[in-house]
Amino acid sequence: MERVVVVGASAAGSTTAQTLRREGFAGAITVIGDEPHLPYDRPPLSKQVLLGSWPVERTSFGPSTTYAEQGIDLRLGSRAAGLDLSRRVVELATGEEVGWDHLVVATGVQPLQLREGHHLAGVHLLRTLDDAVALRKSLVDASAVVVVGAGFLGSETAAAARQLGCEVTLVDLAPAPMAVQLGAEVGWMIAELHAANGVRVLGGSGVTRLLGESAVEGVELADGSVVKADAVLVAVGTRPLTDWLVTSELPCGDGVLCEDTPAGVHAAGDVARWNSARFGVSLRLEHRFNATEQAVCAARRILGQDIGFDPVPYFWTDQYDARIQVYGVVPPDARLVVVQGDPGARKFLAHYVSGGRVSAVLGWNMPRELRSERALLTAI
Amino acid sequence: MNVEIDQEGCVAAGQCVLAAPDVFDQRDEDGVAVLLREPLADEYDATREAALLCPARAIALSE
Repeated sequence: MERVVVVGASAAGSTTAQTLRREGFAGAITVIGDEPHLPYDRPPLSKQVLLGSWPVERTSFGPSTTYAEQGIDLRLGSRAAGLDLSRRVVELATGEEVGWDHLVVATGVQPLQLREGHHLAGVHLLRTLDDAVALRKSLVDASAVVVVGAGFLGSETAAAARQLGCEVTLVDLAPAPMAVQLGAEVGWMIAELHAANGVRVLGGSGVTRLLGESAVEGVELADGSVVKADAVLVAVGTRPLTDWLVTSELPCGDGVLCEDTPAGVHAAGDVARWNSARFGVSLRLEHRFNATEQAVCAARRILGQDIGFDPVPYFWTDQYDARIQVYGVVPPDARLVVVQGDPGARKFLAHYVSGGRVSAVLGWNMPRELRSERALLTAI
Repeated sequence: MNVEIDQEGCVAAGQCVLAAPDVFDQRDEDGVAVLLREPLADEYDATREAALLCPARAIALSE
């Protein structure tokens, strides 16, 4: 009997396993996940879970009976520690070995930390459900919150904290929130959105250290000033979780290099890096929809389909009343061209133009209209 | 095939409309998915694809 082992039990891992089963894979499927929880969805963690508008159970992808019914051997609280490509086994932290004919690496990423200060009470990272629950608890009790890093997680958390009534400061090295992901112009619009909602936005500011005895009391900035804080989220980026692959000789370089993996080995989700011919770049995307698309692709390849993977990426962020959605890849040098609506009214569509072509389309509170703009990218 | 959309969980990605444009649409005001009608037999595959791709897993099918 053919055996598939999926390492990682989040969106990419669980989708791979369930797609295999739904589409007729009759062999054995084992999913190995290091968290104790049943597979759950991450995007609500920095939104509904922090706000308390959803009970945490609502993030679940379904009860354990679903996996049992589908004949998926779900091993939770179990960490992969190594991989032997020649013997085709995954080594678990317990020393147990799990053999496979097809392997799917879906171990995701882990958040980066500041050099020091993470031992202080009130300092948080946000990746897991447990992280989100702990951060929410802190935010509910906090009066002054500092968010270090204004990417997706940091910006969404700043919005949630503000909506919970905290005094919030959002700090980033970049000039404006999400400027790295969406360009400076949209970054300034997001800065205005936060400012209009009462968040203090500090762009171009490095953080030197977190201050406090046993609990955090403040954040020291590079200019020497101190921002008072009784809760801090550090959201300064991530690194792919490939440590367990180091001795295996599986080709890695800021993620698993999908084109270079041996036959029978696949990667999906945040940990996977591939070459996009469509956009002419190497991509590794930490976007929810990419996890699904890549997992479905991995499952279908295991089922014998000869399919490529070069999608039009899709991602979104929800902050206050703004739903910002993007198709495509935003190059650092792209020029923003508003094609419909009005940024001042916080309802518009824009193109990112780079090298004489549209490489991404963005909609700010225009989801239906944005969808038709996607066709500009499928033609590339 | 019966299709149910969890409109509160929907994130307005519109992937369902891209996969099965005769079955799904998005509300004008907020992009939340709506069911145009129950899928016909030759739309079952596209409807399954829509449910599979939904980044909020907000589409439930019973067949």
